[in-house]
Formats: sequence, C-alpha cells, structure tokens
Amino acid sequence: MKPVSQKAWFLVAPVLLLVAFTAIIPLMTVVNYSVQYVATNAQFHWVGDLWYREVLHAEKFWNALWRNLVFSGIILAIQIPLGVLIALNMPRKGWGVPTCLVLMSLPLLIPWYVVGMIWQMFGRVDIGLMGVMLRDFGYNYEGDPLDAWFTLIIMDVWHWTSLVALLAYAGLVSIPNAYYQAARIDGASGWQVFLHVQLPRMARVLTIAVLLRFMDSFMIFTEPFAVIAGGDPVFLSTELSQTVELGQRAAMSIIYFLIILLLSWVFYTVMTRDDGEPIQTGGKSGSAS
Amino acid sequence: MARIDLQNIRHAYAPDPKSDADYALKRVDQSFDDGGAYALLGPSGCGKTSLLNIISGLVAPTEGRVLFNGDDVTARPTEKRNIAQVFQFPVVYDSMTVRENLAFPLRNRRMKPDDIARRVNDVLDLVSLTALADRRARGLTADEKQKISLGRGLVRSDVNAILFDEPLTVVDPQVKWELRASLRDVHRRTRTTMVYVTHDQTEALTFADKVVVMYDGEIVQVGSPADLFDRPQHTFVGHFIGSPGMNIMPASVDGATVRLGEHSVPLASAPRLDASQKLQLGVRPEFVRLSATGIPATIVRMEDAGRYRVAHLDMLGMPVAAMLREGEAAPAAPHISFDPAGVHLYADSWRVDLGGAAQ
Repeated sequence: MKPVSQKAWFLVAPVLLLVAFTAIIPLMTVVNYSVQYVATNAQFHWVGDLWYREVLHAEKFWNALWRNLVFSGIILAIQIPLGVLIALNMPRKGWGVPTCLVLMSLPLLIPWYVVGMIWQMFGRVDIGLMGVMLRDFGYNYEGDPLDAWFTLIIMDVWHWTSLVALLAYAGLVSIPNAYYQAARIDGASGWQVFLHVQLPRMARVLTIAVLLRFMDSFMIFTEPFAVIAGGDPVFLSTELSQTVELGQRAAMSIIYFLIILLLSWVFYTVMTRDDGEPIQTGGKSGSAS
Repeated sequence: MARIDLQNIRHAYAPDPKSDADYALKRVDQSFDDGGAYALLGPSGCGKTSLLNIISGLVAPTEGRVLFNGDDVTARPTEKRNIAQVFQFPVVYDSMTVRENLAFPLRNRRMKPDDIARRVNDVLDLVSLTALADRRARGLTADEKQKISLGRGLVRSDVNAILFDEPLTVVDPQVKWELRASLRDVHRRTRTTMVYVTHDQTEALTFADKVVVMYDGEIVQVGSPADLFDRPQHTFVGHFIGSPGMNIMPASVDGATVRLGEHSVPLASAPRLDASQKLQLGVRPEFVRLSATGIPATIVRMEDAGRYRVAHLDMLGMPVAAMLREGEAAPAAPHISFDPAGVHLYADSWRVDLGGAAQ
C-alpha cells in the first residue's frame, strides 16, 4: 500500500478559514445566543430550547410568517409572468436593445432604502403623486393595512420585475434560430412555440429568477421599514427588529434562516427535477436497429 | 410531392446590394424534378444553406421566384409550403418524449390519433428509436436527438419535399452509414423530392441521383456522380470532387495542342478560344501515367491510401498528383504523360467542349 500523507489537508485550510469567518462563526454566534438568557449584568445563562419554544408558540410569529409567505407568493405570481412577458416583447436587435436594457436596469441600481423613501413620498396622501391621485378612492397606506400591502407589492414589482425580465431575456436570446425555424416547419402555433421551445429553454434562468426573487422577497425589510416603519403589515424581519430579548431574536433569526433554506431547497428540487434523468449512451439505441 | 423550380434567384443578406460580391446567391436557375434525390454540394459559405432556406421559405429571396408544381410560392410562408426540413444540429422539443416529438408535426396538422400512432411507429422503426420512444428527449445524446430531428422530417408523408441541411454532421460515422441507407430507402419507397445539403462529396455521391455543385453563390454543375467525375464543367468541380482532386495546370493552346512549357499535350480537337481567356489544363490523377517517356518530373512524396497509392510530383515547377494502382511501382526517373480520355481544357475556369475528349 502506498504511504498516505495527511499533509494535504493543509491545502484545504485557507478555504476552511475563509468559510469560518464568512459564515460559520457569525452563524454560530447567533446559535450561541439563541440557547442562552443574557441578563442585564451581561451574565449568560443556559436556557436550552426555551427561546425556540417561545418563538414557535407566539401567535405574532406565525402571523408574520404567514404574511411573508403570502407576500412572496404574490410577488412571484406577478413578477415571473410579467418579467417573461416583457422579455418576450423586448426587441432582439437594433438600437432598441441597449435602450431597453439600460432603462430596465435603472430600478435595479437604486438602493433598497432609497426605493422605500421614493415610494413613501410617492404614496403620501398629502403631497405624493400616487397618494393624491388615489386619495379619492380611500387610499392611505398609513392607516389601511390593505393599502400598505398594495404599496409594498407595487414597489417591489417596480423594483425587481426588470431582474426577471433581464434573466428571461438572456434565456430567450440564447435560443438558436433553428428552433424557431423547425417549429414553423412543424406548423406550431405561437403559443406552442412559447410552451415547447421558449419556456423549456428559459427554465434554467427562470429557476434562478424564482430563487432570487423568493429569497429577496421573503427577506423583505427595508421597504416596509421605510414606508410604514414597522406598522401593519408586520413581516418576520420587522417583527424581528422589534423583538427586545437578545436570545429570542437569535432563536427567531435561526428559525427564519432555516425556513428560507428549506423553501429554497424545495423550489430548487421541484424546478430541476426533470434534469436528473440518467443520460444514456448511444449503445442501446444502436442495438435496436 | 412536387417539382420545384427556382427562377432567377438572387439573394443578399444585407439590404441594398450593389455589386455581385454583396450577393450570397449570385444567380440561380434550377429545377428539382418531382421525386428526385438531389444533393447540394459545396464548401462552407457557398450559399447552399441559403438556397435550401429559400426553398423552404425561411429566407425570402431578394430577387426571383420559387415555384412548386408551377405555383408561385415565393410569398408563401414556410408553414404553408408543406415542406419538411432537417437542420444541421439537433432540434428537439426537450419537454416532450421521443414519440411526442415525432407526433408533433402531425398533431399540428390535425391528423387522426390512430393514423398518427401508426405513422410515428413506422418512423421510430426507420430511425431505430423504438427502444427510446417513451423517453424524454432532454436526456438523450446528440446522435439520438439528431435521429429525432430526422424522424420529424420524415414523419409527414404528404410533404412537397424534404430538405436536409447537413443532417449527419453530429452523428457517429457508423450511425451515419445506417441513416444514409435509411434515407435512400425512404426515397426509393416514397419517391418524395429530397434535397440534401452537404460539403462531403462521399455523402453527396452516395445519396443523390443528381448532384448540384455550388461554388461562391453559383451553381457550377448539375449532374450524376459520373458526370461530375468524367466531365467537370468548372475547375472547382474537378478540384472539389475526387480524392485527390483534379490537377489544374496553367497552359497555352496552339491549334489542337496544349503547350506546357516546351512540352505539348494533344487535344481531341482545336478549340475556339478568346485570346484574353486564362487557360488551364485539367487532368484527374486517375489519368496521369508515370512511364519512361513524357514530361520529366520528380517525386515529392508518396501517399498510401490503401487500395491505391498517390504520387505527388513536381512537374515543371507545378504540383501534380498521379494515382498508382496496386502493385504498380513508380519509375526511378518518372516521366508524366496524360491519358487523352482524361484531358480537359478550361478557359476562365469553365470547361471547353472539345467534342471527342473524355468519352
């Protein structure tokens, strides 16, 4: 047997060190807090799963989680189809391409908090353009949770639909022309071309779009914070920011993180389940001839 | 099934073409008989794919008309021309099974489900995909995907023509032979007009009854494989077809004699020529003889091609290839002579008809 040198492990050390500082240590600190009670005199007391039980038994937590899920659901249901629709109608050549790309990238370049401020002012019923226009219909995001919902959703759609559109557009332009030609020769209708050519070829980038949009919308914080400053609707993140007890915050953070991880995994698995088919070599088909 | 006529087709991809150089297709006037198997042969960029796409309607010609059975279809879109076309790279509907892929063109034309099933099974068998019929197309190899493309091309039995655009490029050599044989077989049974684009002479010569050779946006010769070999109408055909290609040598003509330096080669008759024309002598390596008399040459290298050997020689500063039969030895001091049956004269690259030559 060949002698095995264990020194090779040292080569992994830089990565371990990097990951430790970027992910493991910060996360473990939070885990550490989540199982302890921090007294005012900076004394730590082991409390086990107390905080977790407390969080999971709090109605406020479940309400916030439910709102988060509904919000992400609405965001995905609007932004993915809308983004694809925009991408389908974007020009494929000429001066329209750069114009579209630049115009659509603009919202993506605006910082979250600024977006919040923009819409907070835009929606104000005393001076905001949208607020004044909708005032007669009873719109007031500060008093009416439903109007606040409406504002947050329209804000997010304005901010992020371009991302979906740009990703979908990238997927669309990568489809070789022969696919469209073959579909014409096969007598496919426009809808069939979308269903059998464009959609399957966009599937990968759309997976990324769904994951990104899900994660981001599920973690929504700055927008509600800027617009309604922790008022109704309360999301997990705003709830978290209002929780005083350190251990409880830590426990909630961990649960929040695990939910995002779990749901992202579910999305990814469901959306890529077709890719996993075993790839067969030509041998078997050849023998049938 | 249809007879296809291309009348005065010119095509430029950029708008507002001015000179001949702007045209991908300079001028094409060609008929494809109903039920014929044609090969469009030529190097990359000669315009053969453009021509094919003009027939199928994927490309609208800048000038000229396309007729199917005498009807002008120039303005008719692809889906109304009832044409099948197979592309160079596999085009499959990933989300469908192999069977659904083949059924797709039939379903779109509202064929009865029973007829579709029967037809699809036949074609699955033809392209030997029966074992994979219910597999999703996504996970298959390039070979198998191209068989699906081919199958989709063959599945409609009532098409005006089936067009193939280098369909076997991505296919394994072994499978290539099988599929080409299947295509020949389909053609024999159905007598559908088939046009097969390729840059591979073996493929063209084995598939087609008639080979259309294209060069630089023009058709330079249409003929049977034997025609192309025995009477290449253009130096390009002589050079492109045959392995190795025809020897082309600059020459001058004096009466019924071609002058190569101080040596002369007799012609079957005295050609009528224009003084300004550039003259070339063309002789296939099969008609170059090495013997003790003739034009002196030196052997540069020998090439063993299995059943025969090719001698690459230097004759009066020009490269000449000669084919030696099995067992034939190259003489120590080789002299070259040309078999009169294989001597062609080209004026400005086009063959001069000498009457008796090459019979």
